[in-house]
Amino acid sequence: MRALVFERSLPRYAAARVAATLAPGLGSRVGPLALSDVDEPELPGPGWQRVRPRLAGICGSDLSTVDGKASAYFEPLVSFPFVPGHEIVGELDDGTRVVIEPVLGCAVRGVVPPCTACARGHIDRCERLAFGHLAPGMQTGYCTDTGGGWSTALVAHDSQIHRVPEGMSDEAAVMVEPAACAVHAAVGAGAFGRRVLVLGAGTLGLCATAALRRFAPPSMLMVAAKHPLQKRLAADLGADLVVGSDEVRRAVRRTTASLRVGGGLSGGVDVVVDCVGSQASLAEDLAVVAPGGTIVLLGMPATVLVDLTPLWQRQITLRGSYAYGVEDAVEHGSDPSPRTFEMAFDLAAEATLERLVSATYPLDRYRDAIDHAANAGRRDAVKVAFDLRSERRR
Amino acid sequence: MPPGPPGVRTRPGLVLEVERSTPPVLFHAGEGFHLERLPVGSRVIYPAEPVTPLDHPDAAIRQALANPVGDSEPLAALLRAGMRLTIAFDNQAVPLPPMRRPDNRQRVIEAVLDLAAEAGVDDVVLIAAHGLHRRMTEPELRHIVGDRVYDAFAPQGRLTQHDAEDHDNLELVGRTAEGEHVEINKRAATSDLLVYVNVNLVAMDGGHKSTMTGLASYRSLRAHHNVNTMQHSRSFMDQKSSQLHASAWRMGRLLGEHVKVFQIETTLNTDTFPKQFSFLQKREWEWSARDRASYLAVSKSLERCPPRLARSIFHSIKSPQKMTGVYAGEVEAVHALTTENVYRQHLVPIEGQADILTMGLPYVGPYNVNSVMNPLLVMCVGLGYFFNLYRGKPLVRQGGVVIMSHPTPWEFHPVHHPSYIDFFEQVLPETTDPAEIEAKFEADFANDPWYIHLYRTSYAYHGVHAFYMWYWGSHALQHVNNNVIIVGGNPRAVRRMGFKPASTLLDALEMAEDVVGRNPSITHIHNPPILMADVT
Repeated sequence: MRALVFERSLPRYAAARVAATLAPGLGSRVGPLALSDVDEPELPGPGWQRVRPRLAGICGSDLSTVDGKASAYFEPLVSFPFVPGHEIVGELDDGTRVVIEPVLGCAVRGVVPPCTACARGHIDRCERLAFGHLAPGMQTGYCTDTGGGWSTALVAHDSQIHRVPEGMSDEAAVMVEPAACAVHAAVGAGAFGRRVLVLGAGTLGLCATAALRRFAPPSMLMVAAKHPLQKRLAADLGADLVVGSDEVRRAVRRTTASLRVGGGLSGGVDVVVDCVGSQASLAEDLAVVAPGGTIVLLGMPATVLVDLTPLWQRQITLRGSYAYGVEDAVEHGSDPSPRTFEMAFDLAAEATLERLVSATYPLDRYRDAIDHAANAGRRDAVKVAFDLRSERRR
Repeated sequence: MPPGPPGVRTRPGLVLEVERSTPPVLFHAGEGFHLERLPVGSRVIYPAEPVTPLDHPDAAIRQALANPVGDSEPLAALLRAGMRLTIAFDNQAVPLPPMRRPDNRQRVIEAVLDLAAEAGVDDVVLIAAHGLHRRMTEPELRHIVGDRVYDAFAPQGRLTQHDAEDHDNLELVGRTAEGEHVEINKRAATSDLLVYVNVNLVAMDGGHKSTMTGLASYRSLRAHHNVNTMQHSRSFMDQKSSQLHASAWRMGRLLGEHVKVFQIETTLNTDTFPKQFSFLQKREWEWSARDRASYLAVSKSLERCPPRLARSIFHSIKSPQKMTGVYAGEVEAVHALTTENVYRQHLVPIEGQADILTMGLPYVGPYNVNSVMNPLLVMCVGLGYFFNLYRGKPLVRQGGVVIMSHPTPWEFHPVHHPSYIDFFEQVLPETTDPAEIEAKFEADFANDPWYIHLYRTSYAYHGVHAFYMWYWGSHALQHVNNNVIIVGGNPRAVRRMGFKPASTLLDALEMAEDVVGRNPSITHIHNPPILMADVT
């Protein structure tokens, strides 16, 4: 099968890191990612199915890996070589269209009994990501045994498979995974009825905007966006106020009637959902969040240097938001707690998230695809994906 | 120019119809200017030459104080030992550019203080009546009142600046029959005598508007500084047709029932720029070889100059304007004479309206002395001031087009105009409709504690002031259906305001054809100096 394969190669990884300093996405040209003909992954056992991807998105964490910027923290949580791609809509051998929930928790790994978190449905907090009968890997797309979405075939456990509802397009379905990340952050942020800033309006920022509006409506929802299309979409998806990324402090100051104290504010918003995860964005979060407020880190960070004095003095909570599982915090009136993916399917349909898919590419134009995704904002795009629907006919 | 008798206009303004042989016309454009060829048949309104100034302004001031107009005793008769005397004076917004020392206000204040000293008045306080404008710096205050007055009063805290947010020091005098709150500076309202010292740059200034803006609170100011009033002031420069003035007059009369106001107004001629820029004020066909050389040298130097340096050069200019009249006594009687004198200098008769009005906007307006002419101020100076420099009817027809030239940088003075930045970033992207802006955003900005803090303790315009800038232009926006083109401006900044950017005047005229059709009539206001069109 044809697949984009990421090999373990420290020299090439280093080259990608250097190249990416010249231009985002350049790591795809010199790094360990290459288009190859490889064997399809074996089914690991009963309860597994072969999935043929139809669309597979390119995520910020993928770009970070391709550009050699991923944290060394991930080293024991991935296995090489792997096929990237965890935002996947595909089809089973019987033609059923499915979305993959990529987290490789205890159930998928055959770990019995499951860890405490997985036992409660919180696969996002799984403690056995490097154990069980699969090679290490946090998600499909980082595990050598499962394959990934940037290929014509992968394997998925039954617990990972969600049927795509009738009438939902592939484009909407491929947005379910990032939407689930956003739903998880929105529900966990304690945003209901409070003043919230979403910092960044790429795929995650826009999905978070829609998720907050749908599942935890804030009293005021401000979105900081850099590019014109992002601004339009943020307003459309439910932001009360959209501001330029260089206008955040002034806008927060005014809308919260705060005073300025040095470079920061006396008050601020109650919650910041940081969809960037950079050193600069964290500094911005700390400058605009109110004392006692919460910063939810939804964008994947790396090693950053940030002055945490305001975090300490203003008693701010910094909270990570990774992936999805079940949402205890939802007032759903049902038992058990709803799975995040179910909520994400609703969101993708209701908010018509398919409009965020700006461009698709075949696998052999992967360098163009990655370049496009790495510069999506500047090129008036949001989500870039691989289109495998014609690949599989080869 | 041969000297004439005081107050006599030497050469009146004129309306020139452009012919093939007409030389290019000077357009001001911020810290620069350029020559433009207007289409044949266009009309250019040239201002009158500067009125001959008073030969002995100090003597004229003493004369005015001793011989007041209207129902008022001479100032000396109103002064007595043991009284509370407050002298309020206009701030740095007038004149433009700031005049060379001694400023009219210094001359008048010194004369008033001499009389007060003679009468044995000890309790004297001076108040800079800046309304919701920014506080002045020490050099600015010294420039206006002079070193002698500053050194005598400021160290003792007797030279103060009005604080419209100091609620302990505001006095609610009452409400007019129309419900307008008259709330002004407590010291002024509770004095035995309030002397107001004015400099009249344009006909809009002075009269009851002096106290009712300069010493008022936000609650009081918003009675007349609102969209409805502004849209029904046609124009601000014609008091009889101005709702803004009608409101200020009602309020001022109510104030007059509670405190004795002695108004002193001074007028200026339009000798605006010093010698090295004298070509700016000449009619182009009368330029000498020296004028042409000056134009080339100055304009080429400015082109090469970093914008900050150019700004600093222009803001260092002190105008050679001189006093042409001084009137004292009862507010309305004084202001009637002042207005007459201002009109004598400014009015130029012209028949008929044009499809297109063009204007070159300068580097300075009332709200950016020693500061940046930000995009909101460009709008305000163009559509609020220049557009309204008419009596009768606007120079451009209803549904016509206004073309203004100015670089319109996306730049704001962070200390002077903090709320402007937020207005530009957060309000205008949502709407440019003045009424919607007023309804949706004004209260938030006006009551924002940070803006209030900066207004009171720093050098910031009040949070609501940015709104007033937009409201000033609301009559013009309504009249021309937002058909405004800015030549040479930052396209993003221009579009943010709902206007259209054009690279050249020719482009702008072509764009205007979409609205007014081919072969439109064009009128150009030639400035500097200031003029006012008497349109019939």
